[in-house]
Amino acid sequence: MTDTALASLSNGLVYAAMLTYAIAMVVFAASLAARAPGRRPLAEPALGTSRRQGGVGVAVRDAPVPARSPVVQPAPGRRGGNIAMSLTWLATLLVGAGLVARGLSVGRVPWGNMYEFSVASAFAISAAFLVLSLRRDLRWLGLLVVVPVLLTLGLAVTVLYTEAGQLVPALNSYWLIIHVAAAIICAGAFCVGTALTVAYLVADTSERRVSRGSRFWGSGLARRLPPAQRLDAMAYRIHTFAFPLWTFAVVAGAIWAENAWGRYWGWDPKETWAFITWVGYAAYLHARATAGWKGRKAAVIALVAFAAFIINYFGVNIFLTGLHSYGGLPS
Amino acid sequence: MWARWAWRTLTSMRTALLLLFMLALASVPGSIFPQRQTNAAAVNMYLADDPAKARILDRLGMFDVFGSPWFAAIYLLLFISLAGCVLPRTRQHWRAIRSRPPAAPKHLDRLPDHRELVSPSPPEQALAAGAEHLRAARWRVITTSGTLSAETGYSREIGNLVFHLALLVLLAAVALGSLGGFRGNVVIREGTAFAASSAQFDSISPGRLFSTTELPPFSFTLDRFTADFQRGGQQAGAPRAFRADVSLIASPGQSPQQRTIEVNEPLEVDGVKVFLVGHGYAPTVTIRDGAGDVVFHDSVVCLPQDAGFTSTCVVKAPDAFPQLGLTGFFLPTATVDPSRGPYSRFPAPDDPALFLAAWEGDLGLDTGRPQSVYKLDTAAMRRVGIKALLPGQRWTLPDGSVISFDGYVRFAAFAVARDPGKELALAAVLVAMAGLGLSLSVRRRRLWMRASPATGGGSRIVLAGIARSEHASAASDLDRLAAALHSSRPSPTPAAPPLHGKAAP
Ligand code: HEM
Repeated sequence: MTDTALASLSNGLVYAAMLTYAIAMVVFAASLAARAPGRRPLAEPALGTSRRQGGVGVAVRDAPVPARSPVVQPAPGRRGGNIAMSLTWLATLLVGAGLVARGLSVGRVPWGNMYEFSVASAFAISAAFLVLSLRRDLRWLGLLVVVPVLLTLGLAVTVLYTEAGQLVPALNSYWLIIHVAAAIICAGAFCVGTALTVAYLVADTSERRVSRGSRFWGSGLARRLPPAQRLDAMAYRIHTFAFPLWTFAVVAGAIWAENAWGRYWGWDPKETWAFITWVGYAAYLHARATAGWKGRKAAVIALVAFAAFIINYFGVNIFLTGLHSYGGLPS
Repeated sequence: MWARWAWRTLTSMRTALLLLFMLALASVPGSIFPQRQTNAAAVNMYLADDPAKARILDRLGMFDVFGSPWFAAIYLLLFISLAGCVLPRTRQHWRAIRSRPPAAPKHLDRLPDHRELVSPSPPEQALAAGAEHLRAARWRVITTSGTLSAETGYSREIGNLVFHLALLVLLAAVALGSLGGFRGNVVIREGTAFAASSAQFDSISPGRLFSTTELPPFSFTLDRFTADFQRGGQQAGAPRAFRADVSLIASPGQSPQQRTIEVNEPLEVDGVKVFLVGHGYAPTVTIRDGAGDVVFHDSVVCLPQDAGFTSTCVVKAPDAFPQLGLTGFFLPTATVDPSRGPYSRFPAPDDPALFLAAWEGDLGLDTGRPQSVYKLDTAAMRRVGIKALLPGQRWTLPDGSVISFDGYVRFAAFAVARDPGKELALAAVLVAMAGLGLSLSVRRRRLWMRASPATGGGSRIVLAGIARSEHASAASDLDRLAAALHSSRPSPTPAAPPLHGKAAP
């Protein structure tokens, strides 16, 4: 196949994936909206005291997480959820194939400009979700993952679209492979972490309201979520994977910058926002260990840190100029 | 008393959290406003456009956020807090590692995570089997009569401490680099040379402890600069390859070596690196006065303004009488747009042209005020004509002077840098990452086991465990221990199943 044919095959695969994701999104939404039977039991209250709250003697930091409530796998939405999961698998394979075709057409890694980063990130988000779903039932999370994936792909094919082509010299380095690959995996992990954090906040709100007798929060969407405490734990886990990887991505970028521009850190806007993101997630990890900041407040910090990540991803390239403009040599 | 309170407050987690927030927030203006360090020209433009506002911003440090006192205050407080938090914790943890795991609480069955089982072995044997299993899994185990305490995951705290301490080292490395390092920029035209020892820099920012005499005495000549651009397609004009061929003289008296400098491929000489950071065109201009004598002949560096390399040029001929100045554009691929005027359509020199305006009068060079070579002060000058020239063409001014556009060479911009702290910074960062990995992946857990003689022989065993880190649980450890006790039965009778408690799934 010629390079141009591969490139247009790649575009076709990305569009096919978007269509598949769109259907998956509708099915995920419908299966969430289907009425769930039964009442969602509240999570068990945390037992014991935290070691930081000055518990003496035997301190228990975390109570065992209650077993999954039966309502998490509600009957009516279940089939729909399965269909949507299968569609998500299919769509992810399509995006993955699109990336491979793009890479073959240009003879390099398929993440050399904003369009390609975005398609690769959409793949990473989706893949992170699917990998996690291998070990547990995540159908309830599907909607919160597929929506950002579709948004990312939508931005990619419209605003950010770039024809297949060679790299600008500034990007022509093996550090591109290492640094950007790490950043793309982080995008996937942070995005799924954010979805879990949002789910946690919804579940937590619902549990509080239900315990105060609210009808509204006791029905519908929120009841399909696992207990808040479990969501919090899942969000934490994925952030503890993503944060060191982000640290690595930033360090790899610094080494690259040293090699390309002669300084490993220069407070270029891209670097500044990478730093803000990093400090934001460090604050999240700290908040979880600080009395009075655990739980909802820590979750909000994680969302703010993710906002910084997004600003770095799209905002800095589009609105702020710096060395990382992927345009060419700095003047 | 007050000092104690202040210290306690400063080193609390809450303060650390607050300072982390402030650090993130304080960085934001650094990405919004142009910074002197990276883009002095943009700062000057800002100052010129809106002097009143810019002056206030300037006083607040908005154009030098990362060097401002308030930014420094935040990170210094943070690092003091860090030291004050981490050093005592290191001492504490050192003690914890050397002390024995705490004795079993009285009522193990009141802990949320516990198992009760019966074993056909006598208590001492059961405890020995439990201890053996745990030691094999690298727990620290203490047995006393009838009970066992065990703990694992000390490396979590070690990792955390190492991570935080490495951040302190990183800060020191950054300081070392900025005090003892330097960075200079230089523009070199094809065919001309640069000598580092005589510090022919266009701009230089040395660290406080750096003197340019420390520079190794190398020099190099830019023999040739080549640039390739994408032709055709949506990305037409995008750069594809840049390459500077230089002759390097590593130290005076040595013979020149041929080297190439490319983006991402710096030249390294004795710990100093030379980076290719920009390029452009330098048209060659000759000016003869009315008598035919050459009053100016040079290749003039023109500053690229856009992706097509529309470049602005300034020529000053102080030896002409009256003094002569030229302003204008060098256009590698010249086009005249009805609304935009002359510009360059493509960055490669496909169709070069020089558009000039000539000024006569006083160049203002004798006032003693420093002047930029890229700016012409026309306050005391009169425009005498404008003209578009192709290579080889001449232009005769009303007074008989002749300006000729002889051709062009390319120039390359290089950054020359040395950072004595970078190896230490890299080492600190690698150690920090290792510590972070440990701290976030290891879970710290404690287990206890109590065995007492059962009425019908054998023993009654209670196991309990707690996790001492985020969202971990000791459940699987308890399950494994229970299974191990199960399989280490000495007698051939089948094992008794767990009685009650949170049984293994
Ligand atoms: C430069 C600023 C700092 C950064 C980037 C930073 C980063 C981090 C990170 C990423 C973690 C997560 C690792 C883990 O959970 O074990 C952490 C944990 C921790 N940090 Fe910091 N930190 C900073 C300053 C401080 C300061 C000033 C203190 C003390 C007041 C502190 C005390 C702690 C403690 C106690 C933990 C352990 C939390 C836990 O057990 O989960 N840190 N820090």
